[in-house]
Formats: sequence, structure tokens, C-alpha cells
Amino acid sequence: MSKVLLRMEKISKHFPGVKALDQVDLNVYEGKVMALLGENGAGKSTLMKILSGVYQKTEGELFFKGKPLKIDGPKDAMMQGIAIIHQELNLLEELSIAENIFMGRFPSKAGIIQWKKLYSEASALMARLNLNLDVKMPVKALSIGQKQMVEIAKALSFETELIIMDEPTDALTDQETESLFAVIRGLVASGKSIVYISHRLKEIFEICDDVTVLRDGQFIAEKPVSEIDENLLIELMVGRRLEEQYPYIDCKTNERVFKVEALSNRFVRNIQFELFKGEILGVAGLMGAGRTELAKSIYGHLKCDEKRMRLNDETIHVTSEKEGLKKGIAYVSEDRKKDGLVLGMSVCNNVTLSSLEKYSRMGIIDKKAEKSEVESYQKSMSIKTPTIKQPVKLLSGGNQQKVSIAKSLSAKPKVLILDEPTRGVDVGAKKEIYELMNAFKKEGLGILMISSEIPELLGVCDRIMVMKQGEISGILTRSEATQEKIMRLAIGTGEQ
Amino acid sequence: MKKINLSKFQSIIGLVIFSVIIAMMNDRFLTGSNILNILRQTSINSIIAAGMTFVIITGGIDLSVGSTLALSGAVVAFLLASGMNPILAMAVALAVGAGIGVLNGLVIAKGKLQPFIVTLATMTVFRGATLVFTDGKPISSGYEKNAEFFAEMGNGYFLGIPIPIIIMVIVFAIGYYVLTQTTLGRYVYSLGGSEEATKLSGVNTNRIKVMVYGISGLLAALAGIIITARLSSAQPTAGSGYELDAIAAVVLGGTSLAGGVGTILGTVTGALIIGVLNNALNLMNVSSYYQLLAKGVVILIAVLIDRKNK
Repeated sequence: MSKVLLRMEKISKHFPGVKALDQVDLNVYEGKVMALLGENGAGKSTLMKILSGVYQKTEGELFFKGKPLKIDGPKDAMMQGIAIIHQELNLLEELSIAENIFMGRFPSKAGIIQWKKLYSEASALMARLNLNLDVKMPVKALSIGQKQMVEIAKALSFETELIIMDEPTDALTDQETESLFAVIRGLVASGKSIVYISHRLKEIFEICDDVTVLRDGQFIAEKPVSEIDENLLIELMVGRRLEEQYPYIDCKTNERVFKVEALSNRFVRNIQFELFKGEILGVAGLMGAGRTELAKSIYGHLKCDEKRMRLNDETIHVTSEKEGLKKGIAYVSEDRKKDGLVLGMSVCNNVTLSSLEKYSRMGIIDKKAEKSEVESYQKSMSIKTPTIKQPVKLLSGGNQQKVSIAKSLSAKPKVLILDEPTRGVDVGAKKEIYELMNAFKKEGLGILMISSEIPELLGVCDRIMVMKQGEISGILTRSEATQEKIMRLAIGTGEQ
Repeated sequence: MKKINLSKFQSIIGLVIFSVIIAMMNDRFLTGSNILNILRQTSINSIIAAGMTFVIITGGIDLSVGSTLALSGAVVAFLLASGMNPILAMAVALAVGAGIGVLNGLVIAKGKLQPFIVTLATMTVFRGATLVFTDGKPISSGYEKNAEFFAEMGNGYFLGIPIPIIIMVIVFAIGYYVLTQTTLGRYVYSLGGSEEATKLSGVNTNRIKVMVYGISGLLAALAGIIITARLSSAQPTAGSGYELDAIAAVVLGGTSLAGGVGTILGTVTGALIIGVLNNALNLMNVSSYYQLLAKGVVILIAVLIDRKNK
């Protein structure tokens, strides 16, 4: 067994109302790639944020190169040799490659930047990654894969010994993924260690030496990749059989509640589909396929060139969010923190934000009616919060999501669009959300559910619509849908 | 919840401690007439600051209030001098102020522009308009019979309390009610907390913006009427720099310039702190140059203390 570079021991992290991590261990070995696996909400990013200095741990100890490690913030982590490459890259688009690599540490004499030295050092770093790019080029001119290389070069420019890569291949083409793997192999050969986070199990077997699995904020297992197979890995991650994780009920009717006859704008084209009462229609597709844009176009948030929709066989015109809600279409955002919730406001005020007019007369809020309505949602959806006056930012992800859904429900929609409803939600809360969706189904709602997790779509949807580059590439029934068929439609090179 | 209560008390506690210290240093401070004096002097800034509170909670800012005040004052004086019924003249002046505010709001909302830039520009525009309108000279509101009633707005008493103070109290009572009990108030906080989320929740955010700047303009005009009544004339340069005092009062009251947080009670306290400070420095015969210096320093210290406690 090779030498341990980093050891994280019994790490816990508590947030108000949630235990994000509970006594988690992680070892990283010198010159090896350690995969860190777990479902969304398993605690991977929290653990990595502790390691990269973004969060402070609540309990536990860290050892780096055999010595106790204390990290004071992200910059300190980098100085000590730990770099993280985030899913969302952290580059200044307008600046050059070289400037980005040495941001904050330009070689200078008496405050004057030595451009020659800057460019030559940056070129040398890029060459180590087998990339021949003019380092004076602005970063905005690069592809995502190339930008990632700039981030790696930046990490190498520090005396980095440990690089954390968070879902590095998510936005990469196959070819870019291959060159990333070549770079990883080169780094490992030169003695660097890597923590590799990915949802793509195939990659784990291709590039990683060991895996550590987390589930629900707890340490589950550490094993060499050579000793495991895919089934075992899934079992470790999910901790239960899939059927139990995805409750499904069949209450689809033939009564059409919603129909898009035509919809086009600069994001999506030639959109046509139907939605029935008591049905969950899943929307699958790769990042950038236009799923969220479709949802926001239906809802009236994005402008359309052409839009013909029917609700209960009546033609409806929706040109603003307000109208969307009024007509009976509600949208639950994929990004709770950005546009789904007003984080600083209370649970109560968030829940009623879309329906405040219902609890008010001449603009004056009937606070009693508001409170009783919110409390009924709190009860029926089991939203866990000390009081409904609690600021929503102090709730766990799952409970925030429920507040976000309650907000849309309170507008009494007929069509509910859920955009990644289980993103960043722990496994237990996921199941609760599925069960809520089933309850809405029974009440006759039509649900459009966007998700990037195919197993989830297969598990809870009645039909699955797949999108590719802004168009619908196919609609599959529950019985005919498989992971392969969905992927083929989502990526599909040759069209029938 | 507890935290909010605590910080709400903080500025009030600060005001009380501050007042006690001044009272110990100067025995004229805690007399009835001086307190009424402070309140009357504070009333102009308070009324402007009440409107500013709405704007700042939405995450915006209104730099044009001083110019709005001057223009509305000039309008009301001109109309009175030309013999218009005082109530009608005041209504026109208020409408002018509200109109200016609505204009600000429309440009900010429809043009998707920074409130700072827009109101910086309109501040100059409306100051210029005032100078053009008045030809750079003060306008006397006249001594006709109909101006007598008008003068009461600035100098009159009701049950022994100066009218401007009564107006201030009414403005704050309404402001408090609107912010805490109405849908508009809720949307103001929500808009400041997250514009995207508010919009996506189906709220017409443009309308809210237009309304808060309209309110700000309306209250600036009200302050302009009081000043004009008090001086029996409208000065073309009236209200210069008042926007800064109003913003200072709002911020001292614990309202965040980032939006989403703030109370009208805090603004009352903030305005009173500034009023008490001005008054104390006057009582101690500090020269007006030093007064300005002291005021700035106190605001800085207060905001720093507030920051530390958050």
C-alpha cells in the first residue's frame, strides 16, 4: 500500500438543522487517484469544502504528510498544497490565460509586472499539460475543456500535491475527457494525488485507484477499485434497492390537462407535447439541451417567437410569470438559492409569495389566514422548521425544496413544472419529495419533471420526454424507457 | 428572531445612551422646548428617510430626493403666489414629486439600469429644472390670505405640538403599516432579498420598483412643502445634500444597503440620532465646520458597531 498523503479522521460538519457530515473518514494516497462517491447530498462537496478551506469542520482531525493540518480559508489551503477545481470554473473571462494562472501572484519588481516572465512561466505550465495555446489569449476564447486545463495549470503553479476535481467531465466532450484523463495520468506519474468526484461510474473504473463511498453524510466504505464492480458500487451508494427508493403509483388518466401545440424561441424549437391529468412526464437531456429554458418559456419567464398552448382544451396566452400562475401553470426552480427562494425571508413569507393576493384584501394581508395556510402546508408536506418565521436559508436542502414546492402549490396550479426537484437533497428527503409528487398526481395535477438523474426519471415518471439541442428527440413510455434508450436520444448522433 | 429584536433595540439603546451623555453635559438638552425643537428639525429628514427606507429595502437608492424637494417647493410657492387654493397647490406639488419618483422608477425598471446612476442623473436634471423654473431666485409663497393656512404647515401647532412633527408621526405610522401589513410591503422585502426569485414567483417587480420610487418622490415633495411653508418661500437650492442625510438615517437604523432587510422604526431612530447630534453640537456652540466633521465620524462609528454585531 502506498504512503498516505492526506488523512481526514472522523470529520463532522453541522449546519443549523442539519448534520451534513457525521464522522467521515477519507484517505488520499501519494501518486494515486481516490474516487469520492455518493449520491447528491451524501456530503461529498461539504467534505471537499472543508478540505479546501471554504468551510470549517465542526469535529475531527486532518493530517497532511503525517502532520496535523489546519486550514485557514481557501487561500491557505492552496498555499499548503491543496487545490480544488470546481464544477463551475473560477476564471476571469476577460483576462489572459497567463494572468488567470498567476492571478494575485504576478511576478513583479517594485510593483511593476514582469510580463515576459509571467508569459514564459505560464507557457511552461501549459506545456506540462500538453497544451499549446498562446497564453496571452483571453480565457473567454477557450473551450470548457481548455478552461479546465487552465485551472489545473493554476493549481500546479502552486506547489500543489493534492488536486480535488469536482465532476470535471460533466461538461466535457468525449475527446476532452480523454485528454483530461491523459493529464491526470501524467500528474499521478509525477507523484501528485487526486481526489476525483464523479457520477459517471465508468470513469471511476477507468481512472481511479481507490474509492471512498459516502451516504447521507456518513462514511460507508473505502475499497481498491480492483476489488469492486459496478453493482456493488451502486449498492454502497444507494444503500437500498432501487424499487424502494422510487415509489411509483399508476393513476394516469386519458384526460388531457395541458398541450403545447407549438413553441419556439432562441433556446428551443419545434416543441409539441401533451400532458395528462395524474401524470408525471419526465424531461431528460444533457446539460444545455434546453430543458430549463423550455420550462421557463412555458411559464412565461422567457420570451417566445411562437407559442400556442392549451389548458383543459382552452387556448391560453402566457407572456409573464404572473399570467402563467394565474392560468394555472407553476414552476419550481432548479436553483433554490438563486431564483427559487428569497433566502433571507421566513418560511411563511416564501410559501405565500406566489399567492399573497389570495390572503389579502385591498392590498392588506390577512395574517391569520396566511399563517393557517402555511401551517397546513408545513403539516401536509412535513416541512421541518422550528417555526414558520425561521429564515428559509437556515433550513436543510430538502426542506428548502419543500418550501419552494409549497410556494408553487399555494397558487393552486393545474400543471406543476418541477425543475431538478431533488438536486442537493439528501436521500431520505428525496423519497419524501417523490411521495409528495405521487400525492399531487392522485389529486389530478399534471407534472412536468426535469431531472438529470436518469434512474430517478425511470423510477417515478409515467412517460419520459428526451431533449437534445433545444428540440424534443423522443418521448418514451414507462414500459419502453431504459437508461440506454434515453442516452441514445439525448446524445444520438445518427437520427433514425 | 431573537437576533432581529436585539438589533432593533440596538439603535434605540444607542440613541438613549447618546442622549443621556449629552443631557449630562448640557442641562438645556432635556427641556421640553428643546426636545420639540429637535423633533421639528428632524421631521424634514425623517419624512424623506421614510421614503428612502422603502427604496433601500428593495436594494435601490434614490439620490434625487433633494432636487425633488426643491422643485416641489418651487411649484407650491409659485402656485400660491399666483393665488391658487393652498390645498390644491399642495396637491399639485405632491403630484409633481410622486411623478418624478414614478419617472425614476420607470427608467430604472424598464431600462434595467442601476438606481444609483439613474437618480444621480435625475438629481441633476431636476435641480436644473428647479433653477430654470425659478430663474435662480427664491419664490415667496406670498402673504395673501390663502397663504396663511399654508404657513401653518411649517409653523403651526396642534395641541401644542408643531404640525411638522405631527405630519412626521403620521408618515411613519403609515409607512410602518404598509411595510408590515400589506402585500406591497411584503414584495418590497422580497424584491430586495432576491429580485430573480420574486419575479419567478409571479410578482410584477417592475411595478414594485415604480411604486417605491413614487413613494420616495411623494415624501420628498411633502418635505419640500413643509420647508417652503416654514420659510414662506421656496429656495432654488433647497434640499441640497439632503439625500445623504436621509440615507445616513436609514443606514443608522440598521437597514442594509444590500436590500431585503430594514425597518421603519430603525429609520426613525436613525433620523433622531442625527437630529440629536446636530442639536447637541449647536447647544455646545461647536462651529458648523466641526459639526459636519463630527456628524460624519459618528455615522461611521455607528455603522461599524452595527457591522460588528451582525
